[in-house]
Amino acid sequence: MAEPILTCSSVWKLFGPKPRPFMDRHGGAPGLAAILDEGYIPAVRDASLDVNAGEILVIMGLSGSGKSTLLRCLARLIEPTAGAIVFEGQDLLKATNRELTQLRRHKMGMVFQHFALLPHRTVLQNVAFPLEVQGIDRRTRETRAREMIELVGLEGRERYYPRELSGGQQQRVGIARSLAVGPELWFLDEPFSALDPLIRREMQNEFLRLQNMLHKTILFITHDFDEAIRLADRIIIMKDGIIEQAGTATELIENPETDYVREFTKDVARDRLLTVATAVRPAAAGETTQGEVEADATLADVAPQVIEAERPVAVVDERGRMVGVVDRYGLVDAMYADRS
Amino acid sequence: MAAERTLGGSIAGSVAATRRLWRTPGVGPLLVLVPFVALLALKPILPEAGIVWPRDIAVPFIDWINVVVDVFHKHEIFGVFTVKDVTRAIAFGIEWPLDIVHGLLAGGFRSIGIPAIPWVMIAGLAAVFGWWLKGWRLALLAGGCIVYFAVFGKWSLSMTTLSVVLVAAPIAAAVGLALGVVGAKSRPFERALWPLLNVMQSLPHFSYLIPVALFIGVSHRAGAIATILFAIPPMTRLTLLGLKGVSEEVREAGVMAGCTRWQMLFRVEIPAARDSLMLGVNQVIMQCLAMVVIASFVGAKGLGQDLLFRLQSLRLGQALENGVAVVLMAVMLDRLSRALSEKQPERRPDGPFWRVHPYLMVAALIIVVSIVLSLLTPYAQTLPKNATITTAPFWDMVVEFITFTLYDPLSVIRDGLLVHVLIPLRTGFQWMPWIAVASLAGAIGWRLAGPRLAATAAGFVCFIALTGFWERASITAYMVFFALILCLIFGLPLGIWASKTAGRTRFVQLLCDTFQTFPSFIYLIPVIMLFQVGDVAAITAIVIYAAIPIVRYTIFGLRGVPNETIEAAITAGCTPRQILWKVRMPLAFPEIMLGVNQTIMFGLFMVIIAAFIGTKDLGQEIFRALTFADAGKGLVIGLCVAFIGLTVDRLVVEWSEQRRRQLGLA
Ligand SMILES: Nc1ncnc2c1ncn2[C@@H]1O[C@H](COP(=O)(O)OP(=O)(O)OP(=O)(O)O)[C@@H](O)[C@H]1O
Ligand SMILES: [Mg+2]
Repeated sequence: MAEPILTCSSVWKLFGPKPRPFMDRHGGAPGLAAILDEGYIPAVRDASLDVNAGEILVIMGLSGSGKSTLLRCLARLIEPTAGAIVFEGQDLLKATNRELTQLRRHKMGMVFQHFALLPHRTVLQNVAFPLEVQGIDRRTRETRAREMIELVGLEGRERYYPRELSGGQQQRVGIARSLAVGPELWFLDEPFSALDPLIRREMQNEFLRLQNMLHKTILFITHDFDEAIRLADRIIIMKDGIIEQAGTATELIENPETDYVREFTKDVARDRLLTVATAVRPAAAGETTQGEVEADATLADVAPQVIEAERPVAVVDERGRMVGVVDRYGLVDAMYADRS
Repeated sequence: MAAERTLGGSIAGSVAATRRLWRTPGVGPLLVLVPFVALLALKPILPEAGIVWPRDIAVPFIDWINVVVDVFHKHEIFGVFTVKDVTRAIAFGIEWPLDIVHGLLAGGFRSIGIPAIPWVMIAGLAAVFGWWLKGWRLALLAGGCIVYFAVFGKWSLSMTTLSVVLVAAPIAAAVGLALGVVGAKSRPFERALWPLLNVMQSLPHFSYLIPVALFIGVSHRAGAIATILFAIPPMTRLTLLGLKGVSEEVREAGVMAGCTRWQMLFRVEIPAARDSLMLGVNQVIMQCLAMVVIASFVGAKGLGQDLLFRLQSLRLGQALENGVAVVLMAVMLDRLSRALSEKQPERRPDGPFWRVHPYLMVAALIIVVSIVLSLLTPYAQTLPKNATITTAPFWDMVVEFITFTLYDPLSVIRDGLLVHVLIPLRTGFQWMPWIAVASLAGAIGWRLAGPRLAATAAGFVCFIALTGFWERASITAYMVFFALILCLIFGLPLGIWASKTAGRTRFVQLLCDTFQTFPSFIYLIPVIMLFQVGDVAAITAIVIYAAIPIVRYTIFGLRGVPNETIEAAITAGCTPRQILWKVRMPLAFPEIMLGVNQTIMFGLFMVIIAAFIGTKDLGQEIFRALTFADAGKGLVIGLCVAFIGLTVDRLVVEWSEQRRRQLGLA
């Protein structure tokens, strides 16, 4: 696995008057009852996580679970109440304002749920804005901005104003703007939540296409589990400010650590997510097989073949070696494991 | 220890019980009246000081203020100069922009032999400006107004007025913006700013004039300074609101782009708050115009001064002629600045320069043509007196006609109203002990929001009483109260009628917009014409001016009722009448109350100005203070007026907000 590029350990964020002394009074780890009792809002509690270079880490949770707050703590848009955040070996909480500005100007980009475009600027000027505030000359920044606009497929709209664009187009501008400085760390706070389902799908594909080209380190917030599954390398599930579990989609579905995660992952279309490997069993002695499937195909892909086959189907790995067999019962067991 | 605890417990218990009774629907509202009614009933045995606080033991706020004013006025700092010297020096600083703008528009620069801009050029440029902003209608309006000034012989007067607005508005806007920005960045400053803004925006115009007259003297530039001061608060308020209203996401986008604090302010926050700021600019311009008319009392020249002279000598026809010019000026400035605030940046077409900037090209053309014209004929430069048309004879005829035909019926109405309604009502208001009124304000405040609001509301009333102006204040209150009743009688049905269809709404709103832009002083002219001077005339002026918010808010409230709610009522089988009275009115009521609040504010502004036509209230006192340049008195009475308004404002706004929250509308 790659090195973590961003590490956050025991980050807390409480909203309310003078939260720091309150934390100290409770030995740095107040209980939920104490927090609520004294009128604080526990937005993030004791969150620790590593973000690896080049991965897409999706933060999931219901409304109000503290996703945005955690993300804003990592970007230091808001000041965490306690904890440590280290980015490329630099402690962000100790960074001066000037250092932070430099970091944001060169290493971070962010996309917002409601686009947050500047209404008085054209598409081109919006995308060039992060470069403009760095004092980069007009020719250079506009060339760069044009590249970004082309990247997100908006060429020809450079002179439009945001109000003249559809929601999907506006978010493309937001994406182009956040990429203009060539950030290493890319924050996206529910970037597609304000869009229609069809457009959302299109934007997700667009996003994957961009990531295949750019290989950024990405923190992506969503409250839509299907979106998370499509995009994520790893998923974090939050509830009431606490990170309930972190892992790949399969891990969360197969081994939910808490009831909440189980509940959350219950309605997922498991057959599209789980691979044959989860349903495979060793071939019994003398068992004959009919046909073969690949171990990393999804259950949905192989279901018709397995169900129609009279005998178990052979499962082979990428080099064509047989690793076991799968039959109808195995398939059903794997798909409905959570209900058994 | 134990005894204390039980005592404390029983007090807490009875407090809780009272509070419960207090909150009980049906009972609570009546409880509010208990102290008021009790004190009214007890009036015969109340001590004199509880009824009308006597003048001779009044708290000498006036003297205190005047001591401070005197220190600034007469005493020297470091033995070198007085504050008055400083303020006068600043005032001289405003002289040269005033001179330059006036010279450009009308006077010319005789010393260096440069004439003023030809009037045809001004008219043409105004038209192009209007065209660029919103299209040919606005072009026609702007150009037409300018042509009117020239052709109807109001050129010099109106350009003088315009020059003050053009100088004062940018200064006021800049200062207001700066204050607003500081307020938005600094919590403590903002906290100090809000109450100050509230008071300043409810002080009557004259309260600004008196200190200005004192520190700067009676002159044209004093008028300009008063105008600037008066126009700053609305800009500051809208700046604060606008900057606070910038969405958190946009701000964060700025931070993530790596903006420094200044970049944040100038490239993100101020542009993003543009709509609100431009609305502020519109208000600044309109307040400047309103004030520059009234500032003629301290020597501001222009249309206002001429109007004032004509009114004082009761030459109503000529006054009306001036009034029309002021109205046109108001409409022109309002429409232009409003179009400016609504104008969104537009995509530029590609192509040669003239395609990209067509308006600039036309403007250049107009400049060239009008210079050529003015070289050819002096008529294009300034119209000589004999080439202008005066409408005064026409207006004189109108006035004469009205006085002849309407004098008798109107005087019957006037006298009847006076004897049977106004005088009894006035007596009733004067009969009320101030303690009773203070307790009523306090009780309502307490019920709405607890001790703080109670103290504020009752405190305002107490201040008025303790200054010794209670009697005068009660006359002011009675006039505004009666005007409010009339406003409701006329305004509510009009609002209901207008809210029925989109077309009516647009029409009535246009009327409201237009009437609201007129400087309040203008309303005195027709009123004097109809009723001469006195309470009836004053109240009529108030009603015309102050009914606007009622109409506006009624429409707004009724049309703001969610469509679904109305559909639900229809499917429940309501008749149109039931829908109006059982669904729409209750839901619109909080909004209408805000309109009532605004009407009272407008009424207070007008009632003070109406002192000019001989009322006996606070306005008269403030007028006298102006004559004697008594800054302390002017300010204290101004505060009395402001506090009448603010008492009502605090209570009504609080109630309305609570009610809207209950209804799920906020
Ligand atoms: N500035 C603030 N002041 C007080 N409370 C806040 C503030 N910002 C967020 N909160 C509270 O913190 C909690 C977490 O909010 P957060 O915005 O992080 O949730 P979220 O998971 O992003 O939700 P959503 O999906 O609605 O965006 C919520 O209860 C919210 O009300
Ligand atoms: Mg959020």
